[in-house]
Amino acid sequence: MLGRTANSLFWMFRHLERAENTARLLEAGFRMALTRDVATAEEEWRSVIEAMGLRETYEAHNGTYTGQQAWNFILREKDNPGSVMQMIDHVRTNARAARNAISGELWTSINTSWMEIRALLKRPVSQGHVGEAAEMIRRAGMLAHGAMAGSMLRNEGFHFARVGTFVERADAIARILDMKYYLLLPSLSYVGTSMDTGQWDQVLRSVSGDRAYRWLNAGQIDARGIVEFLVLDDRFPRSLAFCHSALRQNLAALARIHGEEGESNALMRDADTRLHDLTIEEIFDIGLHEFLIDFMARNAAIANAVAEDYRFLA
Amino acid sequence: MTETADNFDEMYDAEGGIRSGYAEYCNWYAEQEAGYLRRKDKDAEGSFRRTGITFNVYGEDDAEERLIPFDMVPRIITAPEWRRLTRGIEQRVSALNAFIHDLYHRQEILRAGRVPKRLFRQNEAWLPHMVGLTPPGGVYTHIVGIDLVRTGPDDFFVLEDNARTPSGVSYMLENRETMMAMYPELFTRVPVATVSDYPRRLAKSLAACAPDCAEGKPNVAVLTPGIYNSAYYEHAFLADQMGAELVEGTDLRVVGGRVQMRTTRGFEPVDVLYRRVDDEFLDPLTFNPESVLGVPGIMDVYRSGGITIANAPGTGIADDKAIYSFMPDIVEFYTGEKPLLPNVETWRCADEDSLKYVLDNLDELVVKEVHGSGGYGMLIGPTASKKEIREFREKLVEKPENYIAQPTLSLSTCPIFTRTGLAPRHVDLRPFVLVSPEGVDITPGGLTRVALKKGSLVVNSSQGGGTKDTWVLKD
Repeated sequence: MLGRTANSLFWMFRHLERAENTARLLEAGFRMALTRDVATAEEEWRSVIEAMGLRETYEAHNGTYTGQQAWNFILREKDNPGSVMQMIDHVRTNARAARNAISGELWTSINTSWMEIRALLKRPVSQGHVGEAAEMIRRAGMLAHGAMAGSMLRNEGFHFARVGTFVERADAIARILDMKYYLLLPSLSYVGTSMDTGQWDQVLRSVSGDRAYRWLNAGQIDARGIVEFLVLDDRFPRSLAFCHSALRQNLAALARIHGEEGESNALMRDADTRLHDLTIEEIFDIGLHEFLIDFMARNAAIANAVAEDYRFLA
Repeated sequence: MTETADNFDEMYDAEGGIRSGYAEYCNWYAEQEAGYLRRKDKDAEGSFRRTGITFNVYGEDDAEERLIPFDMVPRIITAPEWRRLTRGIEQRVSALNAFIHDLYHRQEILRAGRVPKRLFRQNEAWLPHMVGLTPPGGVYTHIVGIDLVRTGPDDFFVLEDNARTPSGVSYMLENRETMMAMYPELFTRVPVATVSDYPRRLAKSLAACAPDCAEGKPNVAVLTPGIYNSAYYEHAFLADQMGAELVEGTDLRVVGGRVQMRTTRGFEPVDVLYRRVDDEFLDPLTFNPESVLGVPGIMDVYRSGGITIANAPGTGIADDKAIYSFMPDIVEFYTGEKPLLPNVETWRCADEDSLKYVLDNLDELVVKEVHGSGGYGMLIGPTASKKEIREFREKLVEKPENYIAQPTLSLSTCPIFTRTGLAPRHVDLRPFVLVSPEGVDITPGGLTRVALKKGSLVVNSSQGGGTKDTWVLKD
């Protein structure tokens, strides 16, 4: 496979994952804002925009954080390089560039979703349609992953796509956790502060993990439990441990196909050992923020090494 | 349902009876409800959009992707008609290859005085780099599109030879897929020859032209200018269907005397490059130095026999419109036979007598630029305004050698589906021809282009033309 094609597959799925994560974050923020007074709602939108790393771009365009402004900025603002529309455009552009490396079913699923999303986001989105937009984006992801699972050869292209997915997902989860880390310091729950459980719920909803968490923890909600769930519980597909386990498998498959390991496999092993050996107590001892910064740096280094190992660029 | 017209209609004879090839189709059509057909017609557009078979139009700001309109009424060619056509096409394509080889070698045809030397002296399509070079397998035009028009039951004419990088084959294939998905029952009722193995035939034909240095199964790659090219869909489609790599100039590099592509494992040699970029962009070291679409040094590799380029550089010399008028002589010179497929009568405005005739009869002729394509820069006398004719006359007098003229042919029509029923529209036909040392291979079918405007003779997609599925019937 061409290095450029591998690069397209990687970024196609990174952007798809990013669009999907954005939609989940948006849904959670939207729901949260609904249950707040105006001032708190604005605060909520600010934190959603911040979690997406878009605060500067946003404030260059908007003076206030009304819901209407915020979700339109997130979904469709032309000057926002991180808008859902731009990401879906990138997904399709990369799919077109890698057209002969993906199955017809996968291409059609991407192209059809792109057409639907584009039609919906042509005009500003009213409050009544935010949910529909977010769902459409999540469905685009499901369709693409389903089409891939059911129709693509398990060759290197498949693994590059998966690597893109899990590098992006791990990064997004770590970023959300880091944004909210002050809510997740165990000291607060230890001392029994009347912490807003709604805020914790919000963290879980941002990664669509609220129901899975309740299922596993019988309704017991506390900061330690949430962090342990999102960082170390490899049963949950949006936990850091799950992402890295998937990433390790795909990188191992690539090494097998190519008959040799690269820098990416070595970095992966380091990151793996690190995560595997840690308990939740140790993470809080290191400091949640420090732990997450280190995790994101390792994650990014793995992505760079993959691009290098497999000659993504000339 | 028919409109009286002077031209030959492919579905209806002069008395309004249905011609034999269309009999079963018309039976089927008569059984359908109009509302059902209208709904189906709408579905077709959605289906093309989902597949992504779109093209970008040059010069449009909002880089919107557009669809070439598809008409649901097939264009049907009977088995005996097709047999006659294929014999003519084979003869013509063999002559084209022999002609190009001769031009870049001994130039016997010029020595014999059958084609004037001046046509080559300042012709941009002539590549001095090709002189004395024989491509692997001796093949120049690996893929040819012969544009045909029809004026009567037995009267097919060649309108144009496309010997550079003919496009449109993806429409031949997708139109058939769409028809089969929309009206599967038609294909159980009418014996239609299959076109879907074209990509396999193409892959086989290209592999058969691999250079001697190719080891094992030849590496075939399709070179595209990139995703913003108007025909990108077709490039990706063909690569996908052939199981070949789809490469851009930046993926290729000359390493160790071979053209190699950057794969995830390192550089791997390309044996056959099916290029969809024009000659002048192929090698910035040899041609246009600004080009980023090509591969620096590929011409050196080519000259040393390290790669097959399909079609060969410099084949454009054979499909120039000024050369076109000599094709009957060219066919005769190389095959020793009379051409089976005639040319459309052509006046070369470079000749003084012809120019005089053309100027006197501008309102009846079609005048084309020698190097033009896509239906641009031409004058259609009978439908042009006085002002247009006056302006064109000035251009013509100024540079007569840039133009040829042809009579306005009474092109055949084939019905299209409209909201009010069937209506005749003018059509042409581009069959796709593959050439390899193993022979000439013509897929039974082709691209039928249709002028969607009533009375219009311009079928080009860039000017509002559409396409039809083309059925060649089995015996």
